Amino acid sequence: MQIHRFRLVVSAVALASAVACGGGSEAPPASTPAAAPAASAVDPATAANITGRVVVKGHVPKAEAVSMSGDPTCVRGTAGTAPTEYFVVGPDGGLDNVFVYVKNGLGNRVFPAPATPVVLDQNGCRYVPHVAGVQVDQPLEVRNSDDTLHNVHAVAVINDEVNVGQPMKGMTNTFRFKGREVMIPFKCDVHGWMNAYVGVMDHPFFAVSAGGGAFALKTLPPGTYEIEAWHEKLGTHTLSVTVGEKETKEMTFTFIVPNEE
Amino acid sequence: MKWLHRYTVLVSASTLVLILAGGMVTSTGSGLSVPDWPTTYGYNMFTFPYQSWVGGIFYEHGHRLIATTVGILTIGLAVWLWLCDPRRWMRWLGVVGLVAVTAQGVLGGLTVLYFLPAPISIGHAGLAQIFFCITVGLALFTSRGWLAPAAAPSDDRTLRRLAVATTLIVFAQILLGATMRHTGAGLAIPDFPLAFGRLLPPSWTPAIAIHFAHRLWAVVAVAAIFAAAGHVWHHHPARRDLTRPAWLLSLAALVQFTLGAFVVLTGREPTVNSAHVAVGSLVLATSLVLALRTYRVRFCDASFQHS
Repeated sequence: MQIHRFRLVVSAVALASAVACGGGSEAPPASTPAAAPAASAVDPATAANITGRVVVKGHVPKAEAVSMSGDPTCVRGTAGTAPTEYFVVGPDGGLDNVFVYVKNGLGNRVFPAPATPVVLDQNGCRYVPHVAGVQVDQPLEVRNSDDTLHNVHAVAVINDEVNVGQPMKGMTNTFRFKGREVMIPFKCDVHGWMNAYVGVMDHPFFAVSAGGGAFALKTLPPGTYEIEAWHEKLGTHTLSVTVGEKETKEMTFTFIVPNEE
Repeated sequence: MKWLHRYTVLVSASTLVLILAGGMVTSTGSGLSVPDWPTTYGYNMFTFPYQSWVGGIFYEHGHRLIATTVGILTIGLAVWLWLCDPRRWMRWLGVVGLVAVTAQGVLGGLTVLYFLPAPISIGHAGLAQIFFCITVGLALFTSRGWLAPAAAPSDDRTLRRLAVATTLIVFAQILLGATMRHTGAGLAIPDFPLAFGRLLPPSWTPAIAIHFAHRLWAVVAVAAIFAAAGHVWHHHPARRDLTRPAWLLSLAALVQFTLGAFVVLTGREPTVNSAHVAVGSLVLATSLVLALRTYRVRFCDASFQHS
């Protein structure tokens, strides 16, 4: 269960399946400097997409059942145990709950925060979803859907650490984060097994792998990007990709868990 | 004075329970399960519904209630001493105890409000021991054995130095332990008695250094304890006021050393971990009693004129 047991040496094999440098107009390089912020709008006529999968190989630990007997309400509404959500793996090794995002390459483009909140629900004495992403200044609404009390403890480092109580069912708190941070762990100290992670981005090009490790970064400006995949136990893995106008490229991130010594 | 002594023993025992409860808060990771202070989820702490004492709240809220009880008991003790004890320094020691327990409560609140910063949490742990020592001292100073010693107090400078040094060494060890706990270094060295299979850790990080220092200092503390106890057994075998704390100290030190090993071997099982904290307090208190009794002769002249 503990991260140190794995001593992860994450190596990865990446397949950028499309042929690189296949003609068409080249996007500006990732680190193009500019004095002033550029326009944020992405031209839909030229926008590109990146789709792909995250897979895991090696000795993947099975989920463990964590007892929720510390709170009778949690036991009442569930099987009495909560499975650990570190490794949610499909039959062919597709790894869910991986935060995939554009790490570099957007230059100085500015993307306004959506007004629509991202919802993090405390339901069945678990955080749902387990991994989420939000833009800087976009509202993150944390709800308590349980008939018990929770505390919402965001252990941020770059942003401000927050700890608020939600003693009543139906309570919500809305958070806004000021800076990019990968990732902010969310805990409930009342129920030690409850945890979630929220990535804060200064752009909208991020996704959480789901349904067998699938992810998609849509409506990207053509260009060369560093794409990073983050997993709570396996760390990060970064790949580079170039997408041209209207192009869709596929990527595969492969995390390898070494066998236990 | 008999009832005052019994009351001071009650305050000391309650403080030990409080320290044990505090150990459970840290050991179960419940320190922030109640995000507000001095209220509990917006409630006055005394009206917080019992049904809501779930998960980590049970430990954190329970710790706060026990702490409040100890605080109220300490107010009573300070008033009682002020009104009834003829020794001026004792009256002021009661006030110092009250100030210490108040500061301790504020530190506890601050560490919650500031998300358990290590310096405040370590300060909270250290002041807990100081307050416990004050209550133990008050219990000793109001005891019959102190007020009317069976044997004439003797002045053994060597023992005095040994006992005082032991008390300071044990207190330093407790501070090291608190630093280890509150910086998350409790399992920085995962094996015992070796460190990563060796006598010395193969690599050093701040966490490993703190953890290793705690282990190393434990050896120093045990050596100091047995040096003091051995001196008592050899030079004062007939002085029960010294041999009893010497035996108790030796026994507590062995238990504490064993518990320390089991903290690592059980992966910081909360009850073992908390017992280690509480027995550490007992070791400190016992060494303090031994040290104070070696100073008893200094109190003969004017310290106590019991009426």
